[in-house]
Formats: sequence, structure tokens, C-alpha cells
Amino acid sequence: MTDQAIAPAHNETLDIGQSIEYLKQRFPEAVKDDTRQGYSGIVVARDQLVEVAQAIRDDLGFDYLSSATGVDYLGVEDSMEMVYHSYRTTGGPALVFKAQTERENARIPSLIDVWPGADFQEREAFDLYGIRFPGHPNLKRILLWDGFNGHPMRKDWHEAYYESDLKPFDSRWPKGYARRAEELNMFGKNVAYPDDLDLSKLNDTTEASLYSGMGLGVDVSNLSGPGELRTDRLVVNLGPHHPSTHGVFRMVVTLNGETIDSLEPVMGYLHRNHEKIGERNTWNMNMPYTDRLDYISSMGNNHGYALAVEKLMALGARYTPPTYRAEVIRVLMVELTRIVNHMWAIGFLLNDLGAFFTPALYAIAEREKILDFFEATAGSRLMCNYMRFGGVYKDIPERIHSTAVLLNDKVRDFNTLEYLTELISERLPRAVDELDRFLTDSEIIRARTIGVGILPREMAIGYSAAGPLLRASGVPYDVRRADPYSIYPELDFDVAVRYNGDIYDRYLIRIDEMRESLRILRQILPRLERTKGESFFAGNKAVYAPRVPLGEAYGRVENPKGELGYYTVSQGDPKGPQNPWRYHVRAPSFINLTPLGQMAKGSKVADVVAILGSIDIVLGETDR
Amino acid sequence: MYGQGILKGLGVTFKHFFATYVEDIRHVGGKLSSNDKFARRQGVDAMGLYTVQYPEEKIATPERFRFLPFLIVNDDDHPTAPGEIWCTSCGICPKVCPPQCIWILRSEDPVTKRPVPKPQSFFIDMDICMNCGYCMEFCPFDAIKMDHDYEQASSDRTQNHIFNMEKLSKPFAYWRQIAPTTAWEEAVERGGWEHIDVVKEKKKAGQPVAQPGAKWDDPYVPPIVEKPEEPAPAAEAAPAGEAIADAPAPAAAEAVSDADAERAARKAKREAALAKKHAREQDGGEG
Amino acid sequence: MSDLNLRELNATEFPIPAELQDNVAITSLNKIYNWSRRSSIWPMLFGLACCAIEMIATAAARYDTARFGMEVMRASPRQSDLMIVSGTVTKKMIVPIVRLYNQMPEPKYVLAMGACASGGGPFKEGYNVVSGIDQYVPVDIYVPGCPPTPQALLNGLIALQHKIDGQSLANLNDVPWYGVGPSDPVPIPILGPDIIDPRQMELIREKAAASAAGLPFGTREVSQEVLALAGGTPKVAVAKMEAKATVKVVEDEAVHAERLARRMEALARKRALVNQ
Repeated sequence: MTDQAIAPAHNETLDIGQSIEYLKQRFPEAVKDDTRQGYSGIVVARDQLVEVAQAIRDDLGFDYLSSATGVDYLGVEDSMEMVYHSYRTTGGPALVFKAQTERENARIPSLIDVWPGADFQEREAFDLYGIRFPGHPNLKRILLWDGFNGHPMRKDWHEAYYESDLKPFDSRWPKGYARRAEELNMFGKNVAYPDDLDLSKLNDTTEASLYSGMGLGVDVSNLSGPGELRTDRLVVNLGPHHPSTHGVFRMVVTLNGETIDSLEPVMGYLHRNHEKIGERNTWNMNMPYTDRLDYISSMGNNHGYALAVEKLMALGARYTPPTYRAEVIRVLMVELTRIVNHMWAIGFLLNDLGAFFTPALYAIAEREKILDFFEATAGSRLMCNYMRFGGVYKDIPERIHSTAVLLNDKVRDFNTLEYLTELISERLPRAVDELDRFLTDSEIIRARTIGVGILPREMAIGYSAAGPLLRASGVPYDVRRADPYSIYPELDFDVAVRYNGDIYDRYLIRIDEMRESLRILRQILPRLERTKGESFFAGNKAVYAPRVPLGEAYGRVENPKGELGYYTVSQGDPKGPQNPWRYHVRAPSFINLTPLGQMAKGSKVADVVAILGSIDIVLGETDR
Repeated sequence: MYGQGILKGLGVTFKHFFATYVEDIRHVGGKLSSNDKFARRQGVDAMGLYTVQYPEEKIATPERFRFLPFLIVNDDDHPTAPGEIWCTSCGICPKVCPPQCIWILRSEDPVTKRPVPKPQSFFIDMDICMNCGYCMEFCPFDAIKMDHDYEQASSDRTQNHIFNMEKLSKPFAYWRQIAPTTAWEEAVERGGWEHIDVVKEKKKAGQPVAQPGAKWDDPYVPPIVEKPEEPAPAAEAAPAGEAIADAPAPAAAEAVSDADAERAARKAKREAALAKKHAREQDGGEG
Repeated sequence: MSDLNLRELNATEFPIPAELQDNVAITSLNKIYNWSRRSSIWPMLFGLACCAIEMIATAAARYDTARFGMEVMRASPRQSDLMIVSGTVTKKMIVPIVRLYNQMPEPKYVLAMGACASGGGPFKEGYNVVSGIDQYVPVDIYVPGCPPTPQALLNGLIALQHKIDGQSLANLNDVPWYGVGPSDPVPIPILGPDIIDPRQMELIREKAAASAAGLPFGTREVSQEVLALAGGTPKVAVAKMEAKATVKVVEDEAVHAERLARRMEALARKRALVNQ
């Protein structure tokens, strides 16, 4: 705090422009405006990054690091960059700051001491971009395995089935040849080995670094204090094939008796290279891929991506925002998705607590009713692919109508609005109340969850926790209110918040949020009727190759699992790039796992399963 | 009282247990498997849990449901060009396909070596397809649609999972059957039940077009064929020429003079240009 | 049942007297045996990705796999008959999957659910994605779709039941676990610079030898030239490579021969028993 004199009394109230001025005054050498076309925020010199970050957090009050991601500007600037988006938990827009580094031997100081939530995100940047973070205590690969060849997100790294830098591939048309990619690979598989592959040095060391920190093979006498029972440490692997891990997540826990000494999450078992594929895709093509991120709430993923790209398009001259009806339909879909997700989450949290399948069955039964509506409107139960830049795919159909095609097909025919009204005003409130009555007072659940897996308020903010996990710890931070988008400002709803930060509160907050969602939906229904017949799409029709002006944008929505953000960069061909240069997903499931190790420490092994269940992760999003 | 919460919860399970039977009692006397009973039990206000007895009763998929893509061809009873494929190989679907699972090989005229707006072959790899429906959404000719037939389980993928043109082709009547409303909407947009090029051509020539009705469930009008005065010159309007009667036999087509071939080539070129224009129209809009 | 050919039955050296060759006893046994087997297929509680959600929805009340005796999802591979590979198989995950498959007792079946498990799906081009589970473990039924709806999955499960119906007790090739013993375990892939299938070790070694001789290696673009020159690989380079290579292919020759001998012995014992 050297320049205390120039700092106004209430730095926390400065807007973004003033905050940047303040930083420029305090760090005249290190802080520069980002003057590239379409970019915002500041560029910070590497050597002072930590000090600047500290000032941003402490002096300016940007206490929440939402996203940290790498970008490779090969061929544009021949540098690499880390982009940080920080927010205030009291609401407001982002302060974006960047740090640049050369591509070879890339190094950027770690921000883990300022925001512990940078932990996994920096490890991911190291894994995929090869950027090293001096100061990071545990810098190793997170999504891929140790020994993997190269850093795949670098622009000059090519995979085995590499065909060309950008889609569409020329080989599909007009000189098409239908050959599976396997046939073009000399091993007949999706593999490519480095030229210096040495089979003699091949040994499976992928797990060695993992277990080295787990306290195995240590002298027992050193482990327990005097007067304590001298117990050995036991390392137990939960997953990747384990019924409690909600997919292919893996936790390596060290046990002292039944108490957890340390927990190391291992992920990447569903790393599907979403971002690498996303940067090859055109802007449109990414929409169905986003469905497969958080595959329980695909509508929310669509919404976030549409928002991000619309933000980017708004930088250009010709842009029409989505129509009002489009926004109404979007909110309808997203809030129904929230109910679907929370139903699922509660059902499977109870599964993890030992109430095997009955609550989940009830939750799934309600979910099916919503999915019927999605299927009739968007065409698919899970992978809706419903939103477009500027609107939605199609209007809500007049009737939920089916036709018999296959043998024994039974047709149904409902009026959609009647169906929706019944669903929103009768069926779902009844289901939520029933779930509440079923579970909330149950002594077993209370005994298992109250006071377990506590995440204190400061820790939740520091670790960049988002969504119900954050709000159950007493932080009323909801993107729908903090940084409003769509038509949420005109809707009347409360941000649910609970203060104990344990599993029970995380369960309760999901019930609260479902009720708030129903409250929103009840306001949506009259709007839906009022706007009937209006256009659901801005402009004429969705174009198949939208052009996006140069620049960057970070679009975020409050997804059921937390803040889902898309960082998109449009670069390259100035005539109008059709492919994103950078496409990054700020996945709430991924970042919410950062505090898992801390939350689980000291609790019993049976509680870990419940703690993980209460975070509510989906592996498609965690590993991407 | 301790245990009250558990009892309350058990009450809910009991309610669920009995709700199913209560619902059954409401249906006493009726045949539960009948269509409207089924619809009620699968509706939004049904109590209890209802199982679809899958192979014996199946939930019909809604109109917009998308599974795997298929190509539309003319109906078998089409008066002039039964089985004619609607695709003009304009190349938009392989371009928009997110996982790039579509391959099109354009056909060319064997004599003039000029491209003909028909696909020579068309492959879709079902192991890559993500059922997103973009091909259907962006096809300017309404030629590729998403199927509803999800019963595709097989024990071999190398033989069965790359669909070729023959396997992909399904008649227009099938599309009208699985998605009557959508098919009607599209026909209204095209201005006739037939392929958009045929409709345009007919309108240009002043011939009557099979018009869709005012409502989606109005009956389908088969293509109207005007008896031409001289059938012979219209014979080689092959690729999309539905405007001809069934009179010209293959023999007539074989006997094409040089002038006729030239005319056919010109026509093909025109159609290719039209396809290109459609593509441009799609491409044109910004944002 | 119609698949059972009584003449074929005799061809498998079963000592059925000529006058009893139309006896239905074995066929009936077969029918009961297959009926009980196909009505109690216990799937492994094993979800990989998006398709797993639909798999759970299939097991839930609305579609209810309990009608097929499949509701008992076992978390342990030792207790399960069917592995529903529901979702994208990544290179990191294929190692545990193969291990799980090896741990399943015979008879075991694999159902590839969805495009990803069948052939890589929309993520096929990704660097960490295995293009089809069948590159590592044998698959019985493929269910296309992305994701297949619950009804499509049920269709696949019924197809599997039909497959089981077609397996004949009389044909030891159909039910090898009674005759020749359990099938060989699938060698577990190794996570090297990229995933390494031990069954491909020879091929990789050959290519590496070609690389040592100055040819580019490991990249797709040159595969044709490398393949063309594979015949003329310098012997010295190969020998050098092989001397260096210490990674054991999971089963070497001796072990394999021993296993084969054991199988033949078991088969002979079985036949002797039948002949008595």
C-alpha cells in the first residue's frame, strides 16, 4: 500500500474504468490497457502480476476469480496469454486482466496465494498449454496423464486424426471419399506416437507422482502424535468406476482409520477434448457440443454459449439482439432445466446417503414430464441444441403431438400451453413439496448431513465455488442478479441463500431454488401467452455460417450447477472469422471441486461420498 | 418426537404406492392399453408411476424428435419421377455438420463432364452423427430430415453403421407421416407439396402446383400432371423434371439428338447455379 | 430356438444314438437355460458419459428394466453379466474398462450404447478419445444414437436377449465357458506418450525400427510410404529395437501354449464325460 494517498476512501465502489485508472496509477510500469480491437481490460506485466492481483482483490474488492484460462496466439502475436476474470461478490461486471508470456518456456507466476480457486485452472493451463506457474505447489497434469506427449491445446499440436485446422473439412465435399479416419491411420486407431518413442523406456509411471504425496510407506511412528494410537495410513481409490462418483471421477484418499487425512481428486477420465474440437468448429457447430458439457442441463449450456457469442457479435456493426419472445422462451427452458437438474441432484445425493434409488425414482418420474416437453419442442430429451444466436431453433409447438411410426406406437396429443400450465402450476410444485416432506425432516438425513462437509464463507469465495455450493455458504451471489442477462431484471424472484455451508444446507438450497424457479416460471406463462405469434428469432433465419467480428467476450449464465462461463476469442482472418480462435468453458463442476480436498479433510470416508454428491458435479463438464 | 420425519417420509412412499392403484381404479372397466388411456397415464396430471411396457406399447415420438438423418425421395406413386432424390448435392449439410459425418460425391454428366445437381453417392457415418439436426435445419431444399426410427440396434457396425444413399432414402410420404405439421409448414413455405425447384419451374411455366391446404391436417394433394401436347421434347428434362407425363418411354430418352443433349446440359447448369444461389442466400446473412 | 440344428448337434460329437436323434431333451434344456440366462442379465453399474443418464432413465420407473430382470445393477464386475458401455471412451478410461472387462465372469456381454461407444461419436477426432470400444473388447450389440433414447436402449437389450437365445448349449463355440474355459483376458493398454495397445506392440516396434532407419514415424501423413517400406526394414535396426524393448507383451508364447494345453485337456475331459 505505497500510494495510499491517491486511493479514494471506498475503492469497492469504483466502477471498472475507475478501477483500471487506479491500477494504472498504482502500477504505472506494469499495467497497460488492452488496446487490441474488440478486447477489454488490462495487460499486466508478468513480474508484478501477483502484486497487481493482490491490489485487485484487496483494494478494489474483486474478491471472486471467476475464470483463468490460457490462450495461444500463434501466428497472431506469437505469444501466450493467461486471461483472468475477477468479479465482486456484491455484483457488477468483470475486471479482466491478462498476463503475457513467450511461447517457448512459457512462465507466468501463480495466483494460487491470492485466489486458491486458481489451483485447478492453472493446472489445466499447464496441462493443455504447457504454461508453467512458478509458485504453484502441485503443478502437474490434471486432465491428461503424466507422460502424455505434448500440450494439446497449443495451436501447433496435431492429433492422430488431424485433418485440417478448421472445419468444414474439404474432403467431405465436393471431392468426397467416405473413409473412416481409422483407415487413414497407420495403426488403425486414434493414436500417434512421437518420433523418438522408445519402447524400452516404457513403464507405467502415471500413478507414481499421484501416490508420492499420499504418505505411503512412511514410518508409522512419525505419523501419529504422542498418546495417539499408532495407525498406518491406508490409501483408498474411490473411482473411476464407483457408484458414488457420478460418472468417472476418481478420488484418492488417505485414511487414518476411517478419518480422511488427505484427498486428491483425479479427473480427466472423460476428457473429450471439447475445447480443441471447439476451436476447429465453426461458431454454429459448437452449439450441439455444448449440450454434452453438463448433459443434465443442456438448455442452460446452450444459453450461456448463445450469450457469449451474441456479446461478441454485438461488437460488430450489424447485430440485432434476440427478440422478446426468444428471451421468454429461453428463460422458460432454462428454469425448467434448473428444476430437472436439482431433482436429479437431490435424488442422487440421497442415493449417495444410502437411500438407494427411491428418492431418485420419484425425481426422475417428475423429470420425465419436463423432458416430454423438451422432446416435443427441441427434438431431443437430453441434447436439446435449441438456442441459436439471436433466438431459438423453433417456436414452442401448439400441440405436443406424436405420430405412430413403429409397431405398437401409442400416440399422445396435448395442448402445449395447457400441458405447461398444468406442469408449472400443479405438478411441479406438488412434486417439490412432496420431496420436501419426504426428506427434509428425516432424522437419518439430518444426522448424516448437518455439520458435515462444511465450507466456510471466505473459503467458498476464495476457492471460486459457484452456484448452490457458494450460496449455501452464505454468499448471495447469483449471476441472474449480480450481472443480469436476458429478461431476469424484470422478473420477480429472490436469490436463495443459506448460511451453514454444510451438506444439509446445500440440499435445502436446491429445494429453495426449485421454488424460486417455479415462481419465475409462473411469471413466464402470461408472457408466453402475450407474445404468442411474435418472432422467436432476431432477423430472418439462423444462418449456417455466421460471421463474428474480431474481439473477445466472456458470456456467463447461472447454470443449475453454478456459474457457467464461455470465454470466446475471435481472431485470425479479419474478413470475418467463422471459427473461434479460443473457446474456453468455465465449468462450474470443475472449479467447484477445488475445495473438495479441504472440505473432506477430517471427515469420515462415508461422508466423502455425500460431500461429493452435495457439490453435484457432472463429469462431462468437469473434464470437458 | 424423534422419528416423526421418517414417518412423514414413509407417508410419501405409501402415497406413491397407493396412487398407482387409485389411478387404476379410475380406469376400471376400460382397457388400460387403449390409446387414450395410455395418453392419460403418460400425461402431465397422472398420479403414480407408469411404466411403458416397451415392446408391447411404445411411446410414439413427437414430431420434432430427431434421431438419425435420412434423405427424402419422391413417393413410389409419383406420376413422373418415382424415387427421384430431392438432394441437389449443394453441399450445405456436410459444411454445417458439427462432427463432419456426411460425405457427398457429386455426380457429373458422363458426356459433358459438367456437374449434375444430384448426389452420386451420399454417406453418413452413424457412429459419428450426433443427432443435432443441423443438416435438416439448414438444408435449403428440405431434402434431408431426421428420422424417428430409433430401433437400430445391430451386432455389427462396420457393415451397418455407414449409411449409403440407398439406405438413407425414404419416400416423402414417410416424412409426411412422421411429421405432418412440419411437412405442411415447409410445403406452405415452398408454395407447393413438391420439391422447391419443381414448384418454381411449374410456376414459371404457368402449370398448376399441388398446393398444401390451409390447415396442417388438410389432405395431401399428389403432384398435378398436365398432359402436355407434345410429349417428346420434354423427355430429357431428366434431373428434376416432374413436369412431364409418363408417356415418354426410356426409348425416347435414348434417342436424344445433339441439340437435346445441349439443352439438357444447359438445364443442368442452370440448376447447379440455382443450387449455388440457394447456398449463397444461406451464407449471405451476417450475424 | 429355431437356431438349433439337430444335425449340427450330432456333429459336435455328442453320443446320441441314431434312434434318439430327434429327441427334444437337449433342445428343451437349452431353451430353459437360455430363458433363465436372458431373463437375469445383470448389468454393471457403470456410467461413462451422457448416455449413462439415459441408461439410468431406462432403469427408472417409466421404462423399467426390471421387466427384463435387468434391474439389479451391480457395482462389482464379478457379479455382472453385461457391461453397458454408456458414453465416450477416453484413452485414460480405457485402462480401467479393460480391467473391469477382464474381471467379469463368463458369460459376459458388452453393449455399446450410443455413437461414442460404437465408433467414437462426435468426439471421435479428439486426441483423448478411443474410436469405438470394440477396438479393445469384443462388443455384442451396438445401439446407435446420440444419445439413444431409453426405448432405443431397450431395443438393444432385447436384441441382446435374442442373441442369447441363439446360443446353443450343444455348440461349445457358443458356450465356450463350459468347454474350453474362459476366454483370454484382453491385454491392458499402457498409457505411454499415447495409448499403447500391447497387441499392437509388434507393429509399433516395426514402425519404430523404420523410424530408426530414417523414416518419419508416428505421423499420419507419411503412413503410405512407411507401409510401403515396411518390408524393406533394415534388420539391424529391428534387432536393436527388440533388444532394447523390455516391455512384456502381456502373454508370451509359453504362457499361451500352456493355456492352450489346459483348454484342450478340459475339452477332452468334458467330451469323455459326455461319452460315458
